[in-house]
Amino acid sequence: MAMLHIVNKSPFERVSFRSCLNHAKPGDSILMIEDAAVAAIEGTSFTEKLKEAMTDKSVYVLGGDLAARGLSEDRMIDGIKSVDYAGFVDLTVENETTQSWL
Amino acid sequence: MSTKKFMFVNRKAPYGTVYALESLEVVLISAAFEQDVSLAFLDDGVYQITKGQNTEGIGQKNFSSTYKALGDYEIKKLYVEKESLEERGLTPDDLMDLVWEDEDDDWAEKPSIILVDRAEMADVMAEQEVTLSF
Repeated sequence: MAMLHIVNKSPFERVSFRSCLNHAKPGDSILMIEDAAVAAIEGTSFTEKLKEAMTDKSVYVLGGDLAARGLSEDRMIDGIKSVDYAGFVDLTVENETTQSWL
Repeated sequence: MSTKKFMFVNRKAPYGTVYALESLEVVLISAAFEQDVSLAFLDDGVYQITKGQNTEGIGQKNFSSTYKALGDYEIKKLYVEKESLEERGLTPDDLMDLVWEDEDDDWAEKPSIILVDRAEMADVMAEQEVTLSF
């Protein structure tokens, strides 16, 4: 049962992102939206933790949230996919269940 | 009216919550009272002043250009914490060029951003008479 995990909090401010990574199963997908989008770029104190999760999980970011915070997609960690709102909807359909880490 | 040292402490990323915008509103109001105002950007607050913000994709108003107007309101001390940038994979080059015009120096444009380390930020905070947190 693949699950889509939706995270909307910055990993530098709350523990919810970390908790999500600690509970997500191999094969699950993780979508970063709102303030969580800041985790998508390379070279942060959270990058290593996210890369570790990416070995067996797919990671996505809502591109609009990245751009709003002045971060360009060419700075994203290799392997992260940027999606728009339509892509967000597709992810919810592709996965059997979703969980929001508020 | 006596002048006091006011500091606005900004610790949250813009758009995800309303704190950044609310802070900016109060900062602009405070400018009308001719106080000694400074702003601190630390933790996720550093994302508020990144350059190239584009909010078309999220349907929210892009208020980042308002920071460029602060110099016109005599708000010219924007303390940014180095460690907060580094932890987030950012450098000072990722920030907007925020300046103020010095009327005593033929209106020369001078940088408003003052890069400080964590210990220096603590010192600046300790000097304040009024601190407002966002």
